[in-house]
Formats: sequence, C-alpha cells, structure tokens
Amino acid sequence: MINHWLGLPPNASAQGPELDHMLELVHWLVVALFIGWLLFFFYSIFRFRSSRHPKASPSGVHSHFYSYSEVAVVVMEAVLLLVFAFPLWAKRVNQFPPSQDATVVRVIAEQFAWNIHYGGADGVFGRAELKLVSSANPLGIDTKDPHAKDDVITLNQMHVPVSKPVIVYVSSKDVIHSFKVPLMRVMQDAIPGTVVPVWFTPTQCGSYEIVCAQLCGLGHYRMRGFLVVQSQQDYDAWMKQQASRGTGGATSYE
Amino acid sequence: MGFWRHYVFSTDHKMIGLQYLFTGLVFLLFGFSLMMLMRWQLAYPGKALPLIGSWFGESRMPGGVMLPEFYNQLGAMHGTIMVFLAVVPIAFGAFGNFVVPLQIGAPDMAFPKLNAASYWTYFVGGLIMFASFFVPGGAANSGWTSYAPLADIATMGQTVWLFGMVWLITSSLLGSVNLITTVVQCRAPGMTWMRLPFFVWTQLVTGFLLLLAFPPLESAAVMQLMDRLAGTSFFLPSGLVISGQMLKATAGGPDLLVGGGSPLLWQHLFWFLAHPEVYVLVLPAMGVVTEIIANNTRRPIMGYRALVFSAFAVGFMSFLVWAHHMYLTGMGTTMSTFFQTTTVIISIPSMVIMAMLVLSLWGGSIRFNTPMLFALAFLPMFGLGGLTGLPLAFGITDTYLHDTYYVIGHFHYVVAPGTIFAIFAGVYYWFPKASGRMMDETLGKVHFWGTLVCMNVIFFPMFIQGMAGISRRWYDGGATYDLAKNYLHLNAWMSWGAWVMALVQVAFIVNFFWSMKRGRKVSDNPWQATTLEWATPSPPPHGNFPAMPTVYRGAYEYSAPDCAEDFLPQHQPPASATMGATT
Amino acid sequence: MTVEIPYGVQERPDTGLWNAKLGMWLFLASEVMLFGGLFASYATLRTYAPDWPKGSDFQNIPLGTFNTAVLITSSITMVMGWASLVMGQFGKFRLYMGLTLLLGVLFLGIKATEYRGKFEHYGVTLADGTVVTGHVESQDASRVVLLPDAKGGAAHEPMTLARSQIKRMIVFGPWYNTYLALYFTLTGLHALHLLAGVLVNLYLWGPGSRMWQREPERFTHRVECAGLFWHFVDLVWIFLFPILYLL
Ligand code: HEA
Ligand code: HEA
Ligand code: CUA
Ligand SMILES: [Cu+2]
Repeated sequence: MINHWLGLPPNASAQGPELDHMLELVHWLVVALFIGWLLFFFYSIFRFRSSRHPKASPSGVHSHFYSYSEVAVVVMEAVLLLVFAFPLWAKRVNQFPPSQDATVVRVIAEQFAWNIHYGGADGVFGRAELKLVSSANPLGIDTKDPHAKDDVITLNQMHVPVSKPVIVYVSSKDVIHSFKVPLMRVMQDAIPGTVVPVWFTPTQCGSYEIVCAQLCGLGHYRMRGFLVVQSQQDYDAWMKQQASRGTGGATSYE
Repeated sequence: MGFWRHYVFSTDHKMIGLQYLFTGLVFLLFGFSLMMLMRWQLAYPGKALPLIGSWFGESRMPGGVMLPEFYNQLGAMHGTIMVFLAVVPIAFGAFGNFVVPLQIGAPDMAFPKLNAASYWTYFVGGLIMFASFFVPGGAANSGWTSYAPLADIATMGQTVWLFGMVWLITSSLLGSVNLITTVVQCRAPGMTWMRLPFFVWTQLVTGFLLLLAFPPLESAAVMQLMDRLAGTSFFLPSGLVISGQMLKATAGGPDLLVGGGSPLLWQHLFWFLAHPEVYVLVLPAMGVVTEIIANNTRRPIMGYRALVFSAFAVGFMSFLVWAHHMYLTGMGTTMSTFFQTTTVIISIPSMVIMAMLVLSLWGGSIRFNTPMLFALAFLPMFGLGGLTGLPLAFGITDTYLHDTYYVIGHFHYVVAPGTIFAIFAGVYYWFPKASGRMMDETLGKVHFWGTLVCMNVIFFPMFIQGMAGISRRWYDGGATYDLAKNYLHLNAWMSWGAWVMALVQVAFIVNFFWSMKRGRKVSDNPWQATTLEWATPSPPPHGNFPAMPTVYRGAYEYSAPDCAEDFLPQHQPPASATMGATT
Repeated sequence: MTVEIPYGVQERPDTGLWNAKLGMWLFLASEVMLFGGLFASYATLRTYAPDWPKGSDFQNIPLGTFNTAVLITSSITMVMGWASLVMGQFGKFRLYMGLTLLLGVLFLGIKATEYRGKFEHYGVTLADGTVVTGHVESQDASRVVLLPDAKGGAAHEPMTLARSQIKRMIVFGPWYNTYLALYFTLTGLHALHLLAGVLVNLYLWGPGSRMWQREPERFTHRVECAGLFWHFVDLVWIFLFPILYLL
C-alpha cells in the first residue's frame, strides 16, 4: 500500500513480489515510527510551550513506554533481517535456477550501450577475448571457435521467452555500469574484469526498459536498452531470424 | 599589519573559527549555485538557460544549453564541495574551533599555530577545487565518489580533484589532532568527562572519525594519481576497451597497460572513508541541536549518559558498515550478512540519540526563538532521512532502490534539512557570543519557515521518483525513459523549490551582515545558558576567560529544584546556590 | 600577546601527558591508517593476482638488508640523542642527532640508487614472444646491449639485440607490473616521510637547538616527538622490507 502511494511501478517477474513485500514491510516500520514520533513531537511542543507551561519540570518523562518501544524496534529489525533480508539475499545470489531450464544470456555493457550475447542453437557461448575486439566484432568473439558459429549478438535488444527463468551474466568492457530492469526487480552492477550472474523470471509479455543506473560518463542518461518478453514461439521465431542474419560473432544490430 | 594579524593570520581559535565559518558559508552558497544550474536542466531538459546561460561559454553551455559533460562536472563538484568544503568545515572547523575551547574552559586550542595551518591548507584545497573548473576538460566529472575506471580515464580535472583532496585531508588531519588534544588536555579544573556538554562529545567522536577514516582515502587518492600519471593499474583490470580501443597508459608508460587491478578496491577504500564521513556530517549537528534544545526547553537533556555512549557506538560502528554502499557489486552471502547486520545495528544508537532529544521536550517550558525552531525542525527532518536509510540498509530492497533518487532523498534529508538546519541553528545561537549582538528574529523566522517549506518541496518528491525507478545522475532527469514520464513534472516543482529557497536565503544573508553592525546589543549570557562559553564577555577576549573558570556541575542544570533562577551555570560555586535557596 | 596554553610542557596530572606527545600519538594513529590502507591494497591485489613475482627478481636483497640495518641503527642513535638531552648532555645530543641525520641521508641515497637501477632495467619481449629482463648496458638506434638477469645461477653474458628483434621494451617503472607499482608507491611514500623526518631532525640539530638554552625541557620534548615519528617511519620500513623484498 505504501509502495503504491510512493509510486512503485507494477512488477512483472516471479521473484519480484518477495522484494516488494519486504519493501512494503520496511516502509510500514518507517512510517509507523515516523508518524508515532511526529505525533509525540507535536503534542510535546504544543503542550509544553512556555506560554502555557512557564515552569519547566526537570524530571521529564517517567513512563517506560519508550524503552519498550525501543526494544520492539530492535525486535522488528531483527525479524526483518533474519526472516526476510538474509534468506532473500541468499536466494538472489546462490539459488540460481538450473541453467538447462533457463534462458542464458551474456550482457556486456559499454559506453553507452548494452551488448546482448546469446549462445545460439547450441546454447554455448563462443569464446570471447577482449584482444579481438574491433568495430565489426564488438565483443571480441573468436570466430575460430566452433561454438561461436551460431552465436547471436544484438545491441540494446534483449528478447526472452515468458515464464522461463533468465540468467544474465553481467560484465563490462570499459567502466562500471549497472544493469537494471525496474519492472523485473533486477539489478546488477556491470564491473569490468568481473562477470556476475543474476537471474529473474518474467511473468508477463511486453517490452520493458533496461536502465543504466551507475554513472558511466556523459551518455549515462541515455544508455537505454529494451527487454522484450514474448511467448516461446515468438521468441524462437525471433531467434531464428537473428541467427540467419549473421553468424560466428558477426553482429546483427537492430 | 594589525589588520592582517588580527583577521587573516590569526592564531586565535575564535578568529580561525570565524574564518572557517565564512569560507564554509561561501562554499555552501557556491555548492548550492551549482545545483541551481543543474536543477534548470532537470526541470527543462535541453532548454536554453535564460539570462545567464551565455555566461558559461561554448564548452559548457553552447547556446545556453547545458552539455552532459558539464552536468556531470556540476554534480561531482556539488557533492564534493558540499561535503568537504562546506559542511565539514562549518560543523567541525567553525563550530569545533569557536565553541569547544570556550565550552571546556580552555584559553585556546592546544596547538594554535597548527590550527591556523589547518585552516590555510583547507583554503588552498578549496582554491584548487575551485580552479579545477577552468582546466582543459573542466572539473572532475565522475561523481563525488570518483569510481574507477571512469575516474582513472577522466579528463584532467580529476587529477586536480585528487590534489585538492590531498590538501583537504591534510587539513582535517591537523584539525582533528588539535581538537582531540584540546579536549583531552585543556579542560578547566572540575570539567570532568561526564560534565562535558554533549556538543563537545560529538566533536570528540567526530575528531576520531576524521583522524582514522580519512587516511585510507588519501592512500586511495595516491593510487589513483599513480594510475592517472604514472601508468599503473591499481584500479584497472586487464584488457579494458574504451570506445573500441584497448586502453593505453597515460604518460611515460608502455603502449599497453598491464592491468591486473581492481575497480572494487577503490570503492572499498572510498567508502571506508565516506561512510564515517557521513557521521562526521551529522554528529556535530546533533551536538548543536542538543545544546539548543536543552537551553530552550529549560530542562536537563534526557539520558545524558545514553547520549554519550550512543555517540561512541555510532562512531565505532561507522567503521564497520561501509560496504552497504556496494551491495550490487556482486556480493556473496557472508559479506552481505555482515554489512546488513552492522548497518541495522548502527541505526539503533542513532535512534537512541534522536529519541532522547525528542523526549527532552516533555515537561519543558519551550521557547520558540529562531535557533530553537531550526533545532526542532532538525528532529523530524533528520528522522525522515534516517528512517529512509532502513529500506536501503537491507540488501534485497536496496537492489531496487540503489542509485535511484530515493538514495538522493534519503541523504539530503539527513544533510540538508538535517545538518544544514543545525548549522543555521548554531549560527543564530552563537552569533551573540561572537559579536555581542543578536540576529533579528523576524528575518530569522522568515528564513526558517521559507527554508523548511522549500526543503520539503525539493526533497520529498525524490522518494517518489526513486520508487518509480528514476536513477540519479541522469542529465535529463529521466526524460529518455518511459518509466519516468509520469513523474517528470515533479522536477519543475522541485527546481522551483530550490530557486525560491535561494531567495529565502537573502533573509539570512542580510540578517547576518546587518546584525554584525546593527543588531541589538545583548548581555554576555542572553540565552541564560549554563555552559561555560556564556561565562565570559561577548565577544570573548584573547585568551577567552579573564580568570580560569572552575566547574562545579554537569552541563545542563536547568530548572533545578530549590533554586531561584531556572538555570545553574557550570562555573557558579555551589555556595551561592545554597544561599539562593535559603534567602 | 601570546596565550599560555596549559600542559604545553608539564604533564597534565590526570592524563599523564603533555599536549604535543598526545598530538604526536594521534598523528601516528592516522599514519597507521594511511599505510594500513596501502598494505590492505597490497594484500588485496596480491591475493587476486594470477601470479606474483618474487621480490628477489627485482631487488638486490643484500643492499636492502643493509639499508634496513642503516635505518634500525638510526633509530638507536635517535634514542641516544634524546637520552643525552634527558641527562643534560647537549654535546652528545649533537653527535647522536648528527649520526641519525647521516644515516637517514645514507638510507635515502641507497634508495635513490635502487630507483636508478630500476630505470636502467628493461623487460624485453623478443619477436618470437620470449621475454628477457636485464640491465641495459648501452643502446642506440639500431641495437640494444642487454645484460640479462641471472636466473637460477645461469650464465651472465651480455647479449646484443638488434632493434628489429625486439617487439616491446619496457623499463622497470611503476607501470611494468602491479608489483612494481606497489613498490614505487609504498617506498616512495615512505621515502617522503623519511625526508620529512630528516628535515625536522636537521632543524632540531641546527637552528632549533638554540631552544635548549632557554627552555631545555621543552626542547627535550620536541626531540622526543621527532623521535616518535622517526621510529614510526622506521617501523613502516620493517614491514615494507619483507613484503617487497623477501616474500
Ligand atoms: C549525514 C549523513 C548520513 C546519515 C546520518 C546516514 C544514515 C544512515 N544511512 Fe545513509 N547515506 C548518506 C548519508 C547519511 N546516511 C549519503 C551521503 C549516502 C549516499 C552516498 C552516495 O552514494 O553518493 C547514503 C547512502 C546510504 C546507503 C546506500 C544506498 C545506496 O547507494 O544504495 C545506505 C544503505 O544501507 C544507507 C543507510 C543509512 C542508515 C541505515 C543510516 C542510519 O544511521 C540512520 C539512523 C537514524 C534513524 C533510524 C532515525 C531515527 C530517528 C527517529 C526515530 C526520530 C524521529 C523523530 C521525529 C519524527 C520527531 N545510506
Ligand atoms: C552535505 C552535503 C550536501 C548538501 C548540504 C546538499 C544540498 C543540496 N543538494 Fe545535494 N548532493 C550531495 C550532497 C549535498 N547536497 C551529494 C554528495 C550528491 C551526489 C553527487 C554525485 O552524484 O556524485 C548530491 C546530489 C544532489 C542532487 C542529484 C543530482 C543528480 O543525481 O544528478 C540534487 C538534485 O536536486 C541535489 C540537490 C541539492 C539541493 C537543492 C541542496 C540544498 O539543500 C542546498 C541548500 C543550501 C543552501 C540553502 C545555501 C545556504 C547558504 C547560505 C545561506 C549562504 C550564506 C552565505 C554567507 C552569509 C556568506 N544534490
Ligand atoms: Cu552506463 Cu550509466
Ligand atoms: Cu553509508
């Protein structure tokens, strides 16, 4: 409810509701504490203003309510940590869906675009080496590698089938970017020199924006990509069309 | 000669405090001005800035339209200037210098010459930062966080930024050594630890934070300088490809960089400083607010001991939470569990401090003068900022909120209507001590209400924008993205809030200068306060106290029973108190 | 008019400290964090590096050991200098402080030779991809005479390489590899600290020592503080030497 007031956009992923739920809970805690203290605050300054209460009393608050409330806050924070934050984090970073049941994609960020790399029909990514990078071969795919023959590379266009987990290996060629799809509740920094996987499961077909969330230079604000979630048939058709456009590390730009 | 000795090359802590205050306020205004320019671009992306747009030249604002490069420079420098050149120098340099020796009954800081040196190093650091706008390629443009590799390959302004930081770090090092020594060594007779005003405690903890947290950033700055100037790869992994080219060394080095460095190393070193740094911004503010609340509720502050221990707990814990800024760098469960836990733990003592201050209102006889209004407003404003730190503290919710305007909203609530309000409160409160004159109350109230409203107009919508998924540091405020389109209209409101707030500040500036010459003359202790700074003439003479004061009691003996006056100054001998009670 | 600051010379009874001593300890605490940051970076970079050279591939260990001894001795003479003051023997102070200065300068001199050696050393990648490292005896437009480093006691013959044989040639500067980057950064920062110590000591040995006539106690305090700093710089080297030369 608070999420909604604050304008959280709808969620379109299977693992997103957990995040939204936790966000909602934390916001309840935040709002309850804020309103509670605010009421006390206004009541105190109203009741004890000098015109009405000319002589201060040095003894102050007697009730133990405050101590109890502090304990309650500690307990609530502990619950949030133990019941929600730790398990959800473990799920996010450790409990990946098995890759044979997932769409596996590499995302390689660069100033200021997203390179999306699919393993193609064999499902295996061709070997890539930064040394081989050229303008015709932005990812440095080794054309001699047999697995590279059927690879598909697109720019800023990521297509995935609906209701199937997606595993994204996020990395970068130059500076740090951050791969974020707000409606999928997924985000991961793209750090050169490392490859970090993230996963999400889209539940609704449609086109979603990919956002760059980490300052990466003057084009940071316009580093926009698209995630198209479609039915398995449409996805297969798209993939076929892409594959026929070019093979073996050759690019197919939208 | 006399003028220079007295106003410029002074070694008197009061004059140095005022130097810090003036320089800091000028930088505060300057940092705000940078932001007002940015807010134009955010409100009306791509539109030419009217009237003054042409002043900035073709390399920054061709035809009055801001370039993204310039936007990034302004953003990085706004953050840097606000944090390192405005708020810390005012909260620690100015208030710490001016007030602490007076409150502990010392004739000056322990090392007066060092004190002057630390001001002048700060001044030079400030000049370097300012000058960086005019080097080729402009000022630093990789955010105040200067993340590598972006900052490693940035234009020359980044090098200047690093040099400037080295000066600022040196300055704060000298300042903190001086302040800690002063508090430990120069307390007047009878000023035991548990009689120290809470403000002094907060300054002491702040001193330790500056002393121990800044040096790792200095080592990081040295390494980034080496990367930029000597072709090393501390923060550069192997084989970077920048716009289709393998990255080459900058100068003197080989044709290819060796790589093998770690971009995350920079982040660790940076946040190891920058998280304690945020408590450097807020602890002195809490100290100021405590003094003013005790004075204007006319009753002792609640839970003095709890405050002191909490301040220490916050100080200590602040060294253990830094990686909560790095949840999305690919952190495993062990590290994230550790840092989520410490982050949640640190919120507890902060909450205790805030709660004690709010509870102190109960039973008071509250006077609403301008310093008190600012101090009171600090409570809910900082409270909102602190509480919105919680959704960020949990890794999983931060996966959504990280680097959005929600974060910007969170920390501006703590630093702007938080710390800046405390700074204003402190200026109004100690102005009569520094000048012997009072600031004008009417102008003060205009300033207060105007600023309070504007601050919320600017910063509250940021939570909404952040929840909508709008990222920070976007040159067009999100106009490129469809997901932002329902929230873009807020930008204009927020920007107008900022510009109107600038107008409101005129009330303060006029008040400040006018009152220095024309303000109502007041007695030495116009607020009827208990602490030692009020036990000496206003302005205090060189050497502070005509005779060394002796302290007989705690800092906040207001409205003690059996006492004629509603306050008992710390230096008043007990005999007279009993006399007051018997006669 | 100067203000009298309490406990500038005398100890404050309840803390047992005079101001400058406390100040110096605080300053050293921050120095620990400064070098700590760099040591932590060393540990991180080394842990994640796929391979790491041995210090002995780059350093002359006997020379480094000798330099370590020089620095340790200088710490001893520094203490002796201070102790002489405590006993009221100003002449002896002059002598020991002079020795400390000489040893400090000797250390810096040896360090400078070591640095110069690095800039005459090259890693040469030959056309066939092999890498030879060694001392460049002479070079001109057409050829390079290289004295290769003795690896495992192998023969030590100068070799003449035609420029056409050479693909890349990189001097042992900080850009050569991460090890050397750390070496130059750490020892450079250390050397700057030592230089600062030398300047302070020089002042206390020379013009600053006039204070002894007027305020002997205060002067002794100053020497003590300078000594604390000097020992700290010495201590840093005790850590630097093993991690850069031996490990
Ligand atoms: C003064 C500065 C300051 C302070 C005090 C804090 C305090 C806190 N901060 Fe904040 N923070 C920043 C300045 C500050 N922060 C800055 C500058 C950044 C961004 C840097 C950048 O990326 O550029 C940041 C970013 C930041 C992040 C990273 C977000 C991200 O990038 O994704 C996180 C995550 O954990 C965080 C958490 C917290 C927490 C848990 C606290 C807690 O300590 C808060 C505890 C306080 C409370 C819980 C308030 C309790 C008060 C009451 C209950 C009383 C209420 C009273 C009334 C209503 C009358 N902060
Ligand atoms: C202490 C820190 C501090 C303070 C006080 C402020 C204050 C303000 N900040 Fe800033 N801000 C940062 C630290 C701070 N900021 C940081 C670290 C960032 C991130 C940078 C980055 O991305 O790297 C940031 C980013 C940031 C952004 C996001 C930009 C982006 O992501 O693209 C915005 C947007 O609106 C903003 C706005 C403001 C505004 C309107 C104020 C206002 O509250 C300003 C209020 C100032 C005044 C009211 C001036 C008062 C002055 C006087 C009265 C002068 C008196 C003078 C004399 C008497 C001589 N700030
Ligand atoms: Cu890519 Cu921001
Ligand atoms: Cu933090």
